[in-house]
Amino acid sequence: MNHVNGEIIGIRQLSKEYTTEKGEQLLAVDDITLTIPEKSFTCIVGPSGCGKSTILRIAAGLEAASSGTVHYRSNLVVKPCGEIGLVFQEYSLFPWLTVIDNVAAGPAFSGVSKSERIKDALVHLRMVNMLEFKDAYPHELSGGMRQRVAIARALANKPDVLLMDEPFGALDAHTRILLQRELLKVWQLTRKTIVLVTHSVDEAVYLADRIIVMSNRPGRIRTVLEVEMDRPRSRANLQFGQLTDSILKELEYGN
Amino acid sequence: MILSRKLEYAMRTRVLSLTVPMMAPALLAVIWTILAHQIGNQVILPGIDQVGELLRHPTEDLISMGSLATNVLVSFVRVIMGYAVAALVAIPLGVVMGYYGFIFKFFNGFLNLFRPIPPLAWVPLVMAWFGISSLATLSGVETGLTFIYLDNIKFSMLFIIFIGAFYPILTSTIHGVRSVNATLIDSARVLGANESQIFRKVLLPAAMPSIITGMRIGLGIAWMCLVSAEMLPGSLSGIGYMITHAFTLASTDIVIAGMISIGIVGASMDMVFRHIEQKNFSWRRLAE
Ligand SMILES: Nc1ncnc2c1ncn2[C@@H]1O[C@H](COP(=O)(O)OP(=O)(O)OP(=O)(O)O)[C@@H](O)[C@H]1O
Ligand SMILES: [Mg+2]
Repeated sequence: MNHVNGEIIGIRQLSKEYTTEKGEQLLAVDDITLTIPEKSFTCIVGPSGCGKSTILRIAAGLEAASSGTVHYRSNLVVKPCGEIGLVFQEYSLFPWLTVIDNVAAGPAFSGVSKSERIKDALVHLRMVNMLEFKDAYPHELSGGMRQRVAIARALANKPDVLLMDEPFGALDAHTRILLQRELLKVWQLTRKTIVLVTHSVDEAVYLADRIIVMSNRPGRIRTVLEVEMDRPRSRANLQFGQLTDSILKELEYGN
Repeated sequence: MILSRKLEYAMRTRVLSLTVPMMAPALLAVIWTILAHQIGNQVILPGIDQVGELLRHPTEDLISMGSLATNVLVSFVRVIMGYAVAALVAIPLGVVMGYYGFIFKFFNGFLNLFRPIPPLAWVPLVMAWFGISSLATLSGVETGLTFIYLDNIKFSMLFIIFIGAFYPILTSTIHGVRSVNATLIDSARVLGANESQIFRKVLLPAAMPSIITGMRIGLGIAWMCLVSAEMLPGSLSGIGYMITHAFTLASTDIVIAGMISIGIVGASMDMVFRHIEQKNFSWRRLAE
C-alpha cells in the first residue's frame, strides 16, 4: 500500500526556542527528526501549543530554526520558495481581491502572464468546486468556501509539497467531513505530498498514510503510526475506531 | 392593491429621506431672516437674500479683489499642491514605519516632538524662512500672467498645508500597515512574493482603507489651515484673505458668502473621499 518513495522533506534534529515578551526562553520544539516521503499524506496531531504550527512555519521557510535543519530535496530551506505551499487555518485570502485573483496570486507574483494565470486559476477553482464564485470577494463566502479557495490558491502555485496548518479547524463538523473527502480527491488527482496538522484524531485517521503523534510542549515525536486502510475509509470500520482510540490514549499520556 | 401600497410607502420614505436633511438649513434660514430683519444692520447681519445674491454670481468681481470663484480657486490650488506633497511623503514613510520596527523607532520620537505644534504656530518661523518667495521665485519667471499665477503659490502656505495634512496621513498609514493581518503577509511570502511585492501588493492595498481615511482627515485639516493662514498678514489672495479684507471694509455679506464657500468646498472634497471609500472598500466592512 504505502510505497516507500524517496524523501522529499527531511527534518533533522529541529529545535526552536522563542524569547517571550517577558524575555524568558521558551522551548517550543525539541529535537524533531522526521522524513516525509514523496507523494505521501502525513498528518501531525498533538496537544495545543506543542509546536505543530512552528514546525510547518519553519518547513515553509517563514521562520528560522534555533538548531537543526529542514531540507527540501537536498536543498536547505532558509526562505519561502514556490515548491513548498502552506495553507493556513483562516483569514489568509486577500480580502481586496476576487476569488479568481486570489487563486492567481502566486503566479502573478512570479510574473506569469495574465491570460495564462487566469486560465490556470479556473482549472483549480473547478477542482475545488468553486468555479461559480470566481468573481465573488472573500467576505461573501462561507468559511468552508474560503478554505476551498485557499487550497486552490496554494495548488495553483504548483507546489511540490503542500503543508496545511489545521485547514479545517474553524469549520463545522459537516463541512469539515465534506472538505476532507474533497481534499483526498485532490490529493489523488494531483499526487502532491501533503503534510497536514490537525487537532482532530478522526481527521488524521481518515486522511493520512502516516500519523505523527506529538507530546506536550516542548514538542517531541511520541509515535509514528502507519495507517494501512483502503480509501475511502469508513468511520464505521472497526479498525478506524481502534486506531482512533489508541491515538487518543497516546495523547492523554502527555509527556 | 398591495403593490400600490408598497409604492406609496416607498415614495413616502423617499420624500422623507429628501426632506429631513433639508429641515435644519431651512430653519436656520428662517431664523436668519427674522434676526436680520430685527437687527436691521447690514454690518452685523446682512439679509440672506443679499448673501444668496453673491453666491449666485460667484464670478463677479468684488471690492476689486477678484471674484469669489477666483479666490476659492486660488485657495483650492494651494491646498491641492501642499496636500499632494504631504501625501507623497507621508504614505511611503508611514508604510515603512509601520512595517519595520527599526525605522519606526528611528523616526517616531523625532516626529512626535513636532506633532503637538499647531500648524498655525509655524507661521512666524515659516515667514522668516520663506518670506514672500513663491513658485515664481523658484521658476525664475518675473513678469506676465504666469508670474501672477505662480506667485500666488507661496512656499510659506504650502508648508503650513503640508504640516496640517502630514500627521493625520502618516498616523493612519502606520496604523493601517500595523493592523494588517500577519497571515496575509505570510501567505504572500509562501506564494513567492518578494519584499517589494509585499509592500505594493499586500501592505498597501490592505492598509488602503485606513490610508484613505487619513487622507480625508488630512484634507479637511489642510483646508482649515490654509484658510486661516490666508487671513494672516502677508497674504494677498485666496478666500481667507478675501474674508479678512471684506471685514475691514465692513462688507459682512462678503464675509458670510466666503465662509459658506469654504464650507461648500470642504464638504465637497470630503464627499469625494467618502465616495471613494464606499465604492472601493466595501470588502473592509465584512473582512475579518
Ligand atoms: N512568535 C512567538 N513568540 C513566542 N512564543 C511563541 C511564538 N510562536 C509560538 N510560540 C510558542 O511556541 C509554542 C508552540 O506554538 P505553536 O503555535 O507551534 O503550537 P501549536 O502546536 O501549533 O498549537 P495549536 O495546536 O494551538 O495551534 C507555544 O507555546 C507558543 O506559545
Ligand atoms: Mg497551531
